[in-house]
Amino acid sequence: MTDGKLLEIRDLRLELMTAQGLVHGVRGVDLSLEKGEIHGIIGESGCGKTLTAKSVLGLHDRKKTRLSGEILYTGEDGGTVDLLALRERELRPIRGKEIAMVFQDPLSTLNPLMTVGEQIAETMRAHLGLGKQEARQRAAKLLEKVGIFPGERRCAQYPFEFSGGMLQRVCIAMAICCSPRLLIADEPTTALDVTTQAQILEMLGELQRETGMAVLIITHNFGVVAELCQRVSVMYAGQIVESGPVEAIFHRPAHPYTADLMGSVPSLTGEKGRLQAIPGAPPDLREEIPGCPYAPRCGRAQERCGNPLPGMIQREEGHWCACPEGEGGRQ
Amino acid sequence: MRVKGKQQRVGRFFTPSVVISLAVLAVILIGVLFAGVLAPYDPNYGDLSSAMQGPSAAHLLGTDQTGRDLFSRMLYGGGTTLLGALGVVAFAVALGVPLGLFSGYYGGWVDTLVLRVSDIVISFPSLLLAFVFVAAFGRGFGNTVVALGILYIPMTAKLTRSLVLMERGKTYVEAARAVGCSDTHILFLEIFPNCASTLTAQLTLDFGYAILDLAAMSFIGLGVQPPTSDWGAMLEEGQVMLFTQPLLALAPGIAIAVTVIALNIFSDGVQRYIDPSQRQLPGFGKRGKWGKKAD
Repeated sequence: MTDGKLLEIRDLRLELMTAQGLVHGVRGVDLSLEKGEIHGIIGESGCGKTLTAKSVLGLHDRKKTRLSGEILYTGEDGGTVDLLALRERELRPIRGKEIAMVFQDPLSTLNPLMTVGEQIAETMRAHLGLGKQEARQRAAKLLEKVGIFPGERRCAQYPFEFSGGMLQRVCIAMAICCSPRLLIADEPTTALDVTTQAQILEMLGELQRETGMAVLIITHNFGVVAELCQRVSVMYAGQIVESGPVEAIFHRPAHPYTADLMGSVPSLTGEKGRLQAIPGAPPDLREEIPGCPYAPRCGRAQERCGNPLPGMIQREEGHWCACPEGEGGRQ
Repeated sequence: MRVKGKQQRVGRFFTPSVVISLAVLAVILIGVLFAGVLAPYDPNYGDLSSAMQGPSAAHLLGTDQTGRDLFSRMLYGGGTTLLGALGVVAFAVALGVPLGLFSGYYGGWVDTLVLRVSDIVISFPSLLLAFVFVAAFGRGFGNTVVALGILYIPMTAKLTRSLVLMERGKTYVEAARAVGCSDTHILFLEIFPNCASTLTAQLTLDFGYAILDLAAMSFIGLGVQPPTSDWGAMLEEGQVMLFTQPLLALAPGIAIAVTVIALNIFSDGVQRYIDPSQRQLPGFGKRGKWGKKAD
């Protein structure tokens, strides 16, 4: 399934002007995504996952953020463009058509005054140049594809007439309506209950197998990653600290943060004991962090952790880690 | 159910309150539109021999101090009143809403300019500014309407702006950007409809204020010029004789009140229809209440 790069983020840095001062939200993220791959970004709240995802589509507030680095996107024709260098007008044909996004809270993602059919049809009319009638028929079919029946009647309903899980299905239908090559899902199941979460994830997986699109899924839930992803990147304080195949990261976490993070998730199969909370708090993103951002909380921190890191080190095939320490995780 | 042509709408627009308010407005409109046919007398012809009469078969609402037929004057005056108030509100909408939309959405120097100018206009007593305007451009009903219209722009613009600011931060706007919608599309087709409900409410109230402001202008001689009349001016004139001939003030007063109330009820209906989650649905009837068995 992997036949070439689709998206390559190189040294992405994002600075955000807030009332509290300048926040360095993303600090040099490198990430590459193959065609047809499902890639997870995992990390705790405020670590820059969403900022990274939004900057791919240029959805950041241009007046309040400063971006540097490159986001290279390989188009259908094989040509590569730097999405960061594009202007708003040049991004528009890509948004929704080639790269689509699903947001966290389905209840507020749709315009409350338009029927869901109108909203799906509108996107298709804009990007595919369809007529009104045809767009509406396709919207109905899309709704049935994401499991909302009968599509035609549900199309004429307004967002308030749907439940949260159903609305997330509508949002996914809207995202895939133009057959995008990359779907960015920003915590798509966080606002939903566990049963609905599983259904949505299963459906996302099915749609991915069917269409062959790449999916970048942002989450703070290891279950989501385990269920869906092939590769995963772990983010901490605006940096990717570890990246690799899901199997490798789950069984042989190399970065102490990854190991600690997994230690703080209840296990259904393993021994029952108290969950291990990670001591301390994430660093203040307003400050420069010269060395490893995790060092103050890390159990294995040494003196040299305060010095600049050597960069990502390859531990095994495709498994990269930012921590230069030897074997980091539990076995 | 088949979806055909226009997308199906949930709920009804013509709820009983909307129908009744529309009927009242229709009666008033027909009265003032066909004043020429319906009015039994010339509104400006005074027959001094029949001055200050009470209601009778010849004069339905009686006559004023110069013997003019009050009913005829009501019909003719209504046209001026409604047209004037409509003009004021239309002026405020036509300029205030776009200004508010742009300044709220784009911000920057446009926003600053709109806000500062609005603040300056609002900080003066509104009627004083209207005098200045009329003094500069000459007397006349048209000029008065335009002057008041300009005074209504800042509030409309500021309200629109704050509504836009509120809507702009919502996720559906970001989602619209994420599917590649242009700024114009987002502003006019996503944000504006979501502001329309509140705007409708405010503009309906403005219509009532406009009638009273026009009356005030007429009272000091800058609005309608005698002998033509409008309800506001008639109300002002009539209040002097409130004890001798109460109908002279009561008739235009009630007409203004009924018009404004009917318009407000109608606008409530419009607002409820704009928000689909508020639309009136068939409902379960009384038997569907909790604790009672629905059969």
